[in-house]
Amino acid sequence: MRRPVDTGDPDRLYTVTGGRSRADTTFDLVTLVVSECEPAAGMQSEHVGILELCRHPTAVVEIAAELRLPITVVRILLGDLLAAGKITARHPPTARSAASLPDTALLKEVLHGLRSL
Amino acid sequence: MGSAASELPTRRAPLADVAETGLKIVIVGGFGVGKTTLVRSVSEIRPLNTEEVMTQAGVGVDETTGVRAKTTTTVAFDFGRISLNERTVLYLFGAPGQERFWFLWDRLFSGTLGAVVLVDTRRMDDSWYAIDRLEHHGTPFVVAVNRFDDEPVRHSLDEIRQALALGAHVPMVDCDARVRASGKHVLITLVDHLYELALAREATS
Ligand SMILES: Nc1nc2c(ncn2[C@@H]2O[C@H](COP(=O)(O)OP(=O)(O)O)[C@@H](O)[C@H]2O)c(=O)[nH]1
Ligand SMILES: [Mg+2]
Repeated sequence: MRRPVDTGDPDRLYTVTGGRSRADTTFDLVTLVVSECEPAAGMQSEHVGILELCRHPTAVVEIAAELRLPITVVRILLGDLLAAGKITARHPPTARSAASLPDTALLKEVLHGLRSL
Repeated sequence: MGSAASELPTRRAPLADVAETGLKIVIVGGFGVGKTTLVRSVSEIRPLNTEEVMTQAGVGVDETTGVRAKTTTTVAFDFGRISLNERTVLYLFGAPGQERFWFLWDRLFSGTLGAVVLVDTRRMDDSWYAIDRLEHHGTPFVVAVNRFDDEPVRHSLDEIRQALALGAHVPMVDCDARVRASGKHVLITLVDHLYELALAREATS
């Protein structure tokens, strides 16, 4: 069992992220993350946790919930892993800007999925 | 953090390996209005809880000690998931409508398909602010009235529309957040609305 990080303590967050507070905002809450390698010895435990979780596509928000870390912290950790080529990210189509509204084809797909629930 | 339920070591079913598109819909409403209940009734996973912190580093550096004081604001929210098909998965977020939350709206919910404002007629004032903020952000929404058994007076949707000063273009729907079919109907009402908006947009472009 991973020990939950005390997310209420800013100093603890500071430690997990190595003092950084600027997150990679290209990671949307629903960006799906996939591991491209197995965790290796000596990796930071949070990085290990992410690589284990993302053997199957896993949304950023699910990673945050499972690891009990705030979204910002997860975005920082994902930025590390992406830069190191250890994960790939499948970004949502609508996240890039508030102005890029969903098109009818996508909404039709959503409706179809909901109707067959 | 988290509710007692999120301490359970339940393993979630993973998404299909071909899953590539994550979408989001936000359910906004005051405390106790039934957001988590609605998410639970339609979600394929037990609702999970998470949070975002906003740390304003450098704010209020103590002049005498030089110690950096940080103010941290935390907002918690929960979410569920619906796999629409192998490739596309819809995430539903339950978000409290309080003020500090809107501060983080863009960081959390930019690119959301749309929102459901969940209304409890016994505490209608809570809905005002949410509606105002959604309009401000240009997020399309529908209003769902969660009917509780102990409503003193059962107001009609028209009465509620008037009380909320909602334009005729905003769809309204009754629901019982505990019932899956009802929750599903709320989501379909929203996406139907989004579809109509997209159709109109595409027709004029
Ligand atoms: N009678 C009735 N009770 C409901 C309904 N929806 C939610 N509740 C109850 O209201 C309480 C608050 O709901 P919850 O989903 O936790 O609200 P939240 O704070 O908006 O997430 C819970 O005890 C629910 O069981 C409903 O449609 N009818
Ligand atoms: Mg709740």
